[in-house]
Amino acid sequence: MIAFIIRRLLQSIIVMVAVAAVSFTLFRFVGDPVNSMVGQEASIADRQALRDSLGLNDPILLQFARFMGNAAQGEFGISYRLQMPVTELILQRLPATIELALVSGFLAFVVGLSLGVYTALRRRGVMSNIIMTGSLIGVSLPTFLIGVLLIWVFAVELRWLPSNGRGEVVALGDWWSTGLLTHSGRLALILPAITLGLYQMTLIMRLVRAEMLEVLRTDYIKFARARGLSARAINFGHALKNTLVPVITITGLQLGSIIAFAIITETVFNWPGVGALFINSVRFVDVPVMAAYLMMIALVFVVINLIVDLLYYAVDPRLRVDRAGKAH
Amino acid sequence: MADPLLSVRDLVVEFPTRRGTLRALDRVSFDIMPGEVLGMVGESGAGKSITGAAIIGLIEPPGRIAGGEIRLKGERIDNLRPYALRKIRGKRIGMVFQDPLTSLNPLYTVAQQLIETIRTHIDCSEAEARKRAVALLDRVGIPAAERRIDDYPHHFSGGMRQRVVIALALCAEPELVIADEPTTALDVSVQSQIIEVLKDICAERGAAVMLITHDMGVIAETADRVAVLYAGRMAEVGPVREVITEALHPYTQGLMGSIPTLTQESDRLVQIPGSMPRLNAIPQGCAFNPRCDRAFAPCFTDRPDLLSPEAGRQVACWLHDPAKAQEVPHG
Repeated sequence: MIAFIIRRLLQSIIVMVAVAAVSFTLFRFVGDPVNSMVGQEASIADRQALRDSLGLNDPILLQFARFMGNAAQGEFGISYRLQMPVTELILQRLPATIELALVSGFLAFVVGLSLGVYTALRRRGVMSNIIMTGSLIGVSLPTFLIGVLLIWVFAVELRWLPSNGRGEVVALGDWWSTGLLTHSGRLALILPAITLGLYQMTLIMRLVRAEMLEVLRTDYIKFARARGLSARAINFGHALKNTLVPVITITGLQLGSIIAFAIITETVFNWPGVGALFINSVRFVDVPVMAAYLMMIALVFVVINLIVDLLYYAVDPRLRVDRAGKAH
Repeated sequence: MADPLLSVRDLVVEFPTRRGTLRALDRVSFDIMPGEVLGMVGESGAGKSITGAAIIGLIEPPGRIAGGEIRLKGERIDNLRPYALRKIRGKRIGMVFQDPLTSLNPLYTVAQQLIETIRTHIDCSEAEARKRAVALLDRVGIPAAERRIDDYPHHFSGGMRQRVVIALALCAEPELVIADEPTTALDVSVQSQIIEVLKDICAERGAAVMLITHDMGVIAETADRVAVLYAGRMAEVGPVREVITEALHPYTQGLMGSIPTLTQESDRLVQIPGSMPRLNAIPQGCAFNPRCDRAFAPCFTDRPDLLSPEAGRQVACWLHDPAKAQEVPHG
């Protein structure tokens, strides 16, 4: 178990170094940051001086080593555009994105799981068919369109919910701020969370349904029925647990994508999160911010992957090899 | 004679398909006496497993029982509501499936599965259920049961898993155990051990066994009586010795003739020509008539019912009907 975790941690570090290399080299080719930082009137000497001060004239390997060293300490330099430390910028906006992602991920998992189980158990029911057909909409409509539609219906026509922003936020500790504690914050979260989670929800629902139907056909479910166990014990004790093994993997990775792809939802709802920050940075070729964002997303994926692996391990005893010596 | 434990009368099981309804079982009747071992034999697709599934109410939809009745100690069990049926499954009728590798839930320990089943049927504490479970595992021949009970199914070999399955089927002390090809998926070397365990433990508790198999050797060693199914119909029922030594139905005769023996000197085994008809192409009259070398006029027009030419034996064949037998062409 310990060896497994250490091995996974080493793998994670290698992944992070690779991502760092990619983000470093990729952004060297995005464009000359100096051009967007200074006006057209700046002289060549001025530009050169700026380059020197930013360290852009050093050998590429030295620049990379510096980048890595700083990144390891959570230091990504100063934003070209906002002239603020990048780490501070991101941390300021991270709570909004994480809150949105967690709420919509939770929503997607709970609703997706329940609907998936329901449609699997009532395979031929009218309600199941309606849900399955409806889920096609979630799978096929692009996120921004869903967001705009929701804004139109609930914010513009019905005026029930706000169309943008985070509402009132409450500061927790040094840098965390939450909208969950205020009424307007909770209201503001509803539409973006649904928009961001809808696709994942339908995905999880369809996955759960397919897996559950598969499991319900297995011999051990038939044997459980033949032993007279109650329908609840069979469906939720035996079938659901076996269904969850593959679902956990997908759901975990989906949480990663929710954070990574919050960009679109944040743009549509003018949500003050990291995604919106990234979009603005791209527009201004703000390399430090983009690099830091890429690294952050990679870190999120790596951490989630690690957690998923450990969960997998906890759910499926067949992966625990420590007792294999007893088998014969 | 004592009342039968299980009585199946004119059981019909149908599967509606796009190309018409298939009759998997067509008016099957037989009895199982308390404590007896009834062997159920027949070719693949003859309806052996469907019979077992029908008794315990586990026919997969869209299949359904379309006629007849099943009685357990005189009480009808084929039309019970799901809740009442659950009181019978496991508690009064236990079932052992063919493949022990897939019969156990891989994510739960043997102890969890046994305790859950015991506590579903018997009102007792967790600790008491565990004690029962250990005793049961010990009885079915799991070495170091006290320790092994907390292992997961994948820690056990196939033969050991089938012992666990038997323990699970028997944990609420059912009156009848349906064993659907319990040894087919196992190594030959452990087959006889498993049959032995099953037979002994059922005899000990007075449970009757319906042993579904196509292995005549197992039937000969284990069963008290044997029922022969052909194309979803009962061909012959009788005490195992008599059916093996002097079968009445031409199909059973062919079946017995196809078993190799060490004592009998013969060049070739008997082979029944042709194959069992598909369920959608069962001929008129006796289902066996295209393959029967003794078929005569009535065999092609009327279906023979089970009749009893000798005490304790039943056969569905016109050759044994005194009224029709006179028409048998001689020579």
